[in-house]
Amino acid sequence: MRVIEVLAPGLLTTVQDLGREGFGPLGVSPSGAADPIALRIGNRLVGNAESAAALEMTLLGGTFLFPEGALAALTGSDFGAALDGAELPQWTSFEVQPGQTLRLGPTRSGARCYLCTQGGIVVKPFLGSASTHLLSGLGGYEGRALRKGDVLKMGPGIPACSPYSNRGFSTNRSQKVTPKIQERLLPRKVLRVTTGPQSAWFSQAAEKVLYGGTYHVSEEANRMGLRLHGPPLPEGAHGGMISEGVSLGAVQIASGGMPIILFVEQQTTGGYAKMANVISADLSSVGQLRPRDVIRFERVTFETARKLWMEQEKLLASKDLIVETTGDVVRS
Amino acid sequence: MTAGQRYTFADMPTNKSVTARFARASDQSLLIYFGEQITLEANERVRRLVHLLEQEPVAGVRNLHPAYCSLLVKFEAFEWRHEQLERQLRKYIGRLSKVKMPEPRLMEIPVCYGGEFGPDLDEVAAMHGLTPERVIELHTSATYLVYFLGFVPGFAYLGELARELVTPRLPSPRRKVPAGSVGIAGNQTGVYPFETPGGWRLLGRSPLEMFRIDRDGLSLLSIGDRVRFVPVSRERFTELQRT
Repeated sequence: MRVIEVLAPGLLTTVQDLGREGFGPLGVSPSGAADPIALRIGNRLVGNAESAAALEMTLLGGTFLFPEGALAALTGSDFGAALDGAELPQWTSFEVQPGQTLRLGPTRSGARCYLCTQGGIVVKPFLGSASTHLLSGLGGYEGRALRKGDVLKMGPGIPACSPYSNRGFSTNRSQKVTPKIQERLLPRKVLRVTTGPQSAWFSQAAEKVLYGGTYHVSEEANRMGLRLHGPPLPEGAHGGMISEGVSLGAVQIASGGMPIILFVEQQTTGGYAKMANVISADLSSVGQLRPRDVIRFERVTFETARKLWMEQEKLLASKDLIVETTGDVVRS
Repeated sequence: MTAGQRYTFADMPTNKSVTARFARASDQSLLIYFGEQITLEANERVRRLVHLLEQEPVAGVRNLHPAYCSLLVKFEAFEWRHEQLERQLRKYIGRLSKVKMPEPRLMEIPVCYGGEFGPDLDEVAAMHGLTPERVIELHTSATYLVYFLGFVPGFAYLGELARELVTPRLPSPRRKVPAGSVGIAGNQTGVYPFETPGGWRLLGRSPLEMFRIDRDGLSLLSIGDRVRFVPVSRERFTELQRT
């Protein structure tokens, strides 16, 4: 089995796939990639199923040795990757020769970069998923962020008889994302939201603050949630809130009137009022937000949210999303 | 009610049919409320609906987050719109009284109270003018219901606490609560399955692993279980921890 040796883990690197849905009754949130669009595309670039497990790096990337080589792609934010010293393009598959070292640095754009390799990362699944759930120490590689010296196994590559092998995934061609489509999938700083289940508890004045002002992402921003700083929201007029199920991307108003966006490793239930909810089409953008980023909320209807989601999925399913580059595979 | 507003079950002045209020939580989820207060009746309906949806899954429903008196349903936007799914789920709700529920299990949780395991025991006692022994007695004399699991994997919300023990949560949460810690907050009690931040007041610690991936039924407690706490000595705690 081919492996990846972790020479340096980076700031916070975990194994993630598209997460585990369906275990809310056990209190288990889905987890999974913070930027699922980047993961899905990265997997397709190397000929994997969209849901294969890959490495999610946060703000500062790691250094990885490939003793037996690999077919790989980097998607999401640009972490200034270099293969044995030669710079690599994002959103393009590349071949790693046996013994080569991939080094990533600090981010040049958003919060997260994905390293996808052909065959995916193989770990013992927990509730059907390879995703790491950091808070409970479950899933992924020993339930934790990677450390120096960890050795990750990669799954078998695409067999020669697979349709993929005729489409250039073998060795001699590289795949890249069509720039035009990629542009339309770029992370947004204006997050579109629908109203939340307790919207009615908040006054028009509070709405004016939430939708009129700008907020910046605090240092307390992780896979569980992102605490925002900005103009405080006048407290909603309501009785006591009873804990209830919370949805991904919920904008809950904590004491002090500051919004928190609940994210992929969210608690499954909570007792704060939710004034809005980030639309599904913009959840990947949340995964690319860094501390100090300035964001704004824009309210849309449920119908618009649904339309935007459908459009995004159509783009992701489009045959033109990935094209073969004319030259050889990027080599160092 | 004004013209143009839609009548829902929730608006009907009757106690006979099951009242349910639907709300949109996000573009791919909705909330069903069986009441606006924590009652055994409302929670029973939540548990029945979860059970029915597990027995007869609805295609395109991806996840369920039960709570005290509500259920969050996450769904696939490709298959459902809120109003269509509401219609479908109301059919399920109409059948709730006929759902056959499994016999509730009675689970016993050993707890070593006080000392370093229960750093808030003395304060809780003082707040209520009780002795720590009386607090332990009250905490161990009730049979609790698992209203739901939430917050983190395997965290069971247990109620109700004896009225004499109802205590607000800590003004600011601890950054790290050790796994197995038994806490109280409001009229609830629970056991922390993992070391997490937490604001509940800690009375003791259980040696049992609340959530284990190598066990059938990953979570020791399930929604609907009945639970009793049993006081154990420090020695017994260590013994149980080893097994």
